[in-house]
Amino acid sequence: MTAITQSTALWYASRATGVVSLLLLTLVVILGIAVNRQGRLPGLPAFAVTGLHRSVSLLSVLFIAAHVATAVMDPYVSIRAAAVVIPFVSAYQPFWLGLGAVALDLIAALILTSLARARMPRRAWRGIHWLAYAAWPVALIHGVGASPDLRSGGLRLLAIGCAMAVGGAGLWRLTQRAREMPRAERAAAVLAVNEPPGSPARPSFVPDREAR
Amino acid sequence: MERQLRVNPIACSGHGLCAELLPELITLDEWGYPILPGGPVPRRLHRHARRAVADCPALALALTDAA
Amino acid sequence: MTSSMTRPLPSLARHSGWDRDEPLAGPAETRYLGGMPRLLPPGPGPSGLRTHLARFGAPPLDWAGRGLVAEVQAAGLTGRGGAAFPTYRKLAAVAGYRRPAVVIGNGAEGEPASSKDKTLLWAAPHLVLDGLQLAACAIGSGTAGLYVHRDQRLHQWLAASIAERATAGLDLVPVELIAAPARFLAGEESALASRAAGGPALPRFKPPRASERGVADRPTLVQNVETLAQLALIARYGAAWFRSAGTTDEPGSMLATLHQADGQVMVVETELGTPIRDLLRLPAPAVLVGGYHGAWIPGELAGRLPLANAALRPLGAAVGAGVLAALPADRCGLAETARVVRYLALESAGQCGPCFNGLPRIAGALAELASPWPRPEIIADVRRWCGLVEGRGACRHPDGTVRLVRSALEVFAAELDQHILGRCAGSSNRPFLPLPPDLALDEADWR
Repeated sequence: MTAITQSTALWYASRATGVVSLLLLTLVVILGIAVNRQGRLPGLPAFAVTGLHRSVSLLSVLFIAAHVATAVMDPYVSIRAAAVVIPFVSAYQPFWLGLGAVALDLIAALILTSLARARMPRRAWRGIHWLAYAAWPVALIHGVGASPDLRSGGLRLLAIGCAMAVGGAGLWRLTQRAREMPRAERAAAVLAVNEPPGSPARPSFVPDREAR
Repeated sequence: MERQLRVNPIACSGHGLCAELLPELITLDEWGYPILPGGPVPRRLHRHARRAVADCPALALALTDAA
Repeated sequence: MTSSMTRPLPSLARHSGWDRDEPLAGPAETRYLGGMPRLLPPGPGPSGLRTHLARFGAPPLDWAGRGLVAEVQAAGLTGRGGAAFPTYRKLAAVAGYRRPAVVIGNGAEGEPASSKDKTLLWAAPHLVLDGLQLAACAIGSGTAGLYVHRDQRLHQWLAASIAERATAGLDLVPVELIAAPARFLAGEESALASRAAGGPALPRFKPPRASERGVADRPTLVQNVETLAQLALIARYGAAWFRSAGTTDEPGSMLATLHQADGQVMVVETELGTPIRDLLRLPAPAVLVGGYHGAWIPGELAGRLPLANAALRPLGAAVGAGVLAALPADRCGLAETARVVRYLALESAGQCGPCFNGLPRIAGALAELASPWPRPEIIADVRRWCGLVEGRGACRHPDGTVRLVRSALEVFAAELDQHILGRCAGSSNRPFLPLPPDLALDEADWR
């Protein structure tokens, strides 16, 4: 194989793994929202949803690693290894690749904290996990800007589809959170359903006495 | 080493994974919240208990050293 | 032990009684000679600083760091906030962490039936403030707070009392007044720690307890204001004096809120072990002991028992927060219980699934059981729900409620049978046990 063909193969591999990574990340976000909302997949127990969320996220790590490795190894464009994690230091397309590095850093934080989640404070883990809603759009924008692939044809439809899926699910997640019953009202809500009909607000339950 | 299951009822939002992953010890009450056994976790179930702790989406379950 | 009781002071829940404005009018009080009353001032009106110092002298703060904990242990003082935990153990535990600690006096008696803490803070604030200083010195703390329900006049009175002591150079540790929201759970230890740190007064998951990690992650000593007042006297007069009242196992005096059947409410100071019939005008069909997390006991039993845990525990009751209420003969005990449990259900913090699901369902069922012709099968539901909520919350709110419910089902079993037949012995609709009016259910209400 000539150098240019080798380079072309690596270049195609990087683009292909990039698209797959985007698809997998889309799936991860949607599964994550499903876990949070206690959603179920038909015929599967609850632990399958969390299991899938975890498995797909680890799979996406593999594809992101391949995507990044092939891009660095490709001699045709100059992308040094450091540019993978440090944003905006690449010689080639510093801005768009920089966004990729940002997305990768965020995803690395998500993955590392999730691997250690039993050993860190609950609130800290949750706070960092919210960064997923930042990581995904950054990854998408990186994909749209770094190569023309997602800007035309079938892949454009794919990108739009993923954006709509994540956007829709994310919006739904936020509205559900907004509509969640505030803690202070929960007991009252349950009481309202369980009180006998016609109970006054300040009850005095002495019944009507039988005729004496 | 004796281990005991404990749940943080404030963090728990009734996902129910723990009861799926450790049905020998954990059942759900009629509102979907876990009822934990009082005593120590049998040795043979330690692995499953650790998985249930790791998989709880709310990080509400813990395996502690029995007091 | 002979029982002794002070002239009862009108309960502040009724807002009757004396002029609460400083300074005290009238002759200076004589020096305290060791008898009853101990905490409550013997004369009318609150005890200002001048009166307090004339009666008791200054608190021995310099000795506190060395000898107070041992003296408190010898005295056998237990917490007067309801749990009756040995006070010396709390002091030793917090001191034992060897980190800068915080002391907070808990005057937030969220219990609607109890007025003793409010009364003590009005009548003898300087005993409480002495106790706060002594506790702080005993455990080596430089931060103190007084946690009191939002009541403008009470806060003004306490702020003025604190300022007066500061001017007189009495206090070593500055005292911060912390406002508690008007919630039943506001006085719960972890809720107090949360509120004192600036957050909402919501109970937290334990461990760690507040004594280990409370306000701002510091070991926090939380003591009921009456316990602090008792401490202030033990520091001056010693363990043997403290034990000269009460029983061997439950020594000392205590404040009790008495709800007489005719509606009169009073706060008295009495010795532990005093026969209940010396406090409440009996006979009554039933007596509520301890408070809304307490228990009902049958009227004729109440006539034969002392106000002491040794006698009450076998019946599933306890002295608790010192509330005693005699059910009037014309009221229905089930109806009263149903009203109270409805209130307790609404006072759930809403944090724990078993609590905010179980308590309202129990309340709804009790409402039906207190009405004519309830379905008998719901009694089994109530028992099942009681079993489901017990011990499954972050705090003891479900446990205390269950204690009250179970005691009602037992003591009013005959009334329950009558209700099922459509009859009720009660002839009056008027509510007896006090409850605050329904409050708005807002997150802000917990601050």
